[in-house]
Amino acid sequence: MTRGTDPRPLMRRLFEPRRLDTMAPAPRIFTYAVLGLWTLIVVFPIYWVLVTSFKIELQVDSGPYYLPFVDFQPTLDAWTFMLLQNNTLGPYLNSIVVALASTFLALLIGSLAAYALVRIRFQVKLAAVLTFIVLVIGVIVAVGALDVPWPAALVAAIVLLLLALNTYVRRFNAAVGNNDIEFWMISNRIMPPIVAVLPIYVMFQHLKLLDTQIALISTYTGVNLPIVVWLTRDFFAGIPLDLEESAEIDGASKFRVFFTIALPLVRSGLAATFLLVLILTWNEFLLALFLSNANAQTMPVLVAAQNTTRGPQWWYMSVLIVIMIAPVIAIAGLLQKHIARGLLVGAVKG
Amino acid sequence: MALAPTVAAQTTTRRTRDEWVDRNAGRMMVLPAVVILLAFAIFPLIISVYLSLSRFALEAGGFRLKFVGFYNFRRLLFGAQQYHFLGTLKPLNWPEWIGLGAFAILMLLWLGRYVATGFTALGFIGRLISAGLATGSVTLALATLPAGAYQGTLLTTYFYVLVGVTVQFLLGLGLALLCAQPIHGRYLFRVIFFIPLIVTPVGVAYMFRMLADMQKGPFAPLSSALGFGEWSWATQAWSARLMVLIGDTWQWTPFMFIVLLAAIESQPRDQLEAARMDGASSLQTFRDITWPAIAPIAATVVLVRLIEAFKIIDIPNVLTAGGPGLATESLTLHSFIAWRTQDLGGSAAVGYLLLFVSTITCVSFFTYVVRWTRRYQ
Repeated sequence: MTRGTDPRPLMRRLFEPRRLDTMAPAPRIFTYAVLGLWTLIVVFPIYWVLVTSFKIELQVDSGPYYLPFVDFQPTLDAWTFMLLQNNTLGPYLNSIVVALASTFLALLIGSLAAYALVRIRFQVKLAAVLTFIVLVIGVIVAVGALDVPWPAALVAAIVLLLLALNTYVRRFNAAVGNNDIEFWMISNRIMPPIVAVLPIYVMFQHLKLLDTQIALISTYTGVNLPIVVWLTRDFFAGIPLDLEESAEIDGASKFRVFFTIALPLVRSGLAATFLLVLILTWNEFLLALFLSNANAQTMPVLVAAQNTTRGPQWWYMSVLIVIMIAPVIAIAGLLQKHIARGLLVGAVKG
Repeated sequence: MALAPTVAAQTTTRRTRDEWVDRNAGRMMVLPAVVILLAFAIFPLIISVYLSLSRFALEAGGFRLKFVGFYNFRRLLFGAQQYHFLGTLKPLNWPEWIGLGAFAILMLLWLGRYVATGFTALGFIGRLISAGLATGSVTLALATLPAGAYQGTLLTTYFYVLVGVTVQFLLGLGLALLCAQPIHGRYLFRVIFFIPLIVTPVGVAYMFRMLADMQKGPFAPLSSALGFGEWSWATQAWSARLMVLIGDTWQWTPFMFIVLLAAIESQPRDQLEAARMDGASSLQTFRDITWPAIAPIAATVVLVRLIEAFKIIDIPNVLTAGGPGLATESLTLHSFIAWRTQDLGGSAAVGYLLLFVSTITCVSFFTYVVRWTRRYQ
């Protein structure tokens, strides 16, 4: 991929300055040496994993052997065992379903919210928010400490909330606006998942949904929503209003405008967000460890579970790591040029 | 003929329904996100408070939560679990007292300057909290770092976060600056450097265990030639921590690299060229042009990384299982281990302490650093 063969004229225009001078030989050698060294640091561990996946136990234990065909004879033993005999495909399928479904949901729900927060003015009475929080705490204390049956507590809370909305809440003018709602949504990301996972675990236990894909999909959707809102709000804020306004004058509904005009305009940003959220979901470990067991187990949990009493069996482990990396590399390759831009916009606006 | 009125009626109801939908479109767009965040973040957060204030006990046919007040927190900060969370504390000797005193004076000066230049009650309280956490952490470091003392999970997490993020930032910035030079193969480097980001952290941990195997790993001949053949990094606290840090750095440097490279490449070209024409050295160019242009983005990307770094669990869990002893245990892993031993209250309390520490650190960083770098925008 030299500059001469680069097929992307836009990238060239953006990223290649019209320089009067080229680099002097000494810094040029230094630059290539450092970048080459880092390439080695990045590639070698992955190469080692790939090579190890074609070894058998004996070759690993009497090793190290570096080059297939030169100092050891590669076999497909580990691959056939992991893919055909071991139960690998189940977790693999779980991972694919969970990652795709939750990424899609997070993107849909998050970008809807972000769009509305950018384009429509919200005013939520502060008194209503405070009442809501007090009632939630009240329900939890009533159910947890005072043994009130939960449906009764819930109904009482809803009645009280409706009562409050129609009485004293109206008298106060203090309200939270779009920026406050946005800040609240994004700040949820600061919360370490370990704080929330115990109640989520108990909740799914009560709903009899523990160890199902639904539990994982909905949890991941919630965990990744803040990122989606944060990134996509800047994409929506960056597109001109005119198109949407003229569509609305023609009688298109807000939802129609969103799906047919706004979304297609930010597809590059959506692609970057999609990839980022997909990677985060695909690799997520802690929540999957809590919420899945045998049926809904995902790949990171399976990989972590390979540490058997005989010690980790590197050749099997390597197969797992390789099949985990491969599809994401393929998708990342397809979306590569969107990534930097997507991350950049999020970072610039904060 | 009889159909006509019904069709008309249907059209009207549909129209009013459409109008209703359109009038409430904003609420309907935001509502799903609000409901999901309430269900998976806010409600659990509130219930966790309750868990952290109670003791969990298995009983015949179920379990019981007994309210115990701040017992779980007291135990972690002052009681039987102090060694786990804070570490074993040694009394300070006089140079350490002087160091702590100097740091405290520095904090007081900083607070004093804030009072002198511009004072709001909220800002002052915020700065008081930040200064308190910083002084507390320095005290903790002084009390647990000397030989013979053991560091707890709080300091280990700080080590991963502060040292890790700093190293990753500097490496990412250096690589991005080099990659922004007019060189061949820039796109290839960019693609390759991205790869570690997509490897699952659990996989990274195994990868580095494999590589660091002193008997049959790829560097085994080298280490035995250097006389390290019998030595194992996993048996000593700091070498094990360093190994976790190396894995984390390998994984997350690309994140810094990609964002910083994009920032460097999108800075205004004319200033750079003018500086070059005037014969500015590359150090001057960086200090006066590139750095001011990318500082806001750099601060934000560090903030993002800071938020995520506090949640580290996968790499220490797989690489060392928290060992040797407690040496590589992060706060999340600490909480997880407490959960596994049925200590739900203790687990929630550790989680909450992590939430406090990470929120104060991240909000402080945002207020004092990110805002400050954006002052010209």
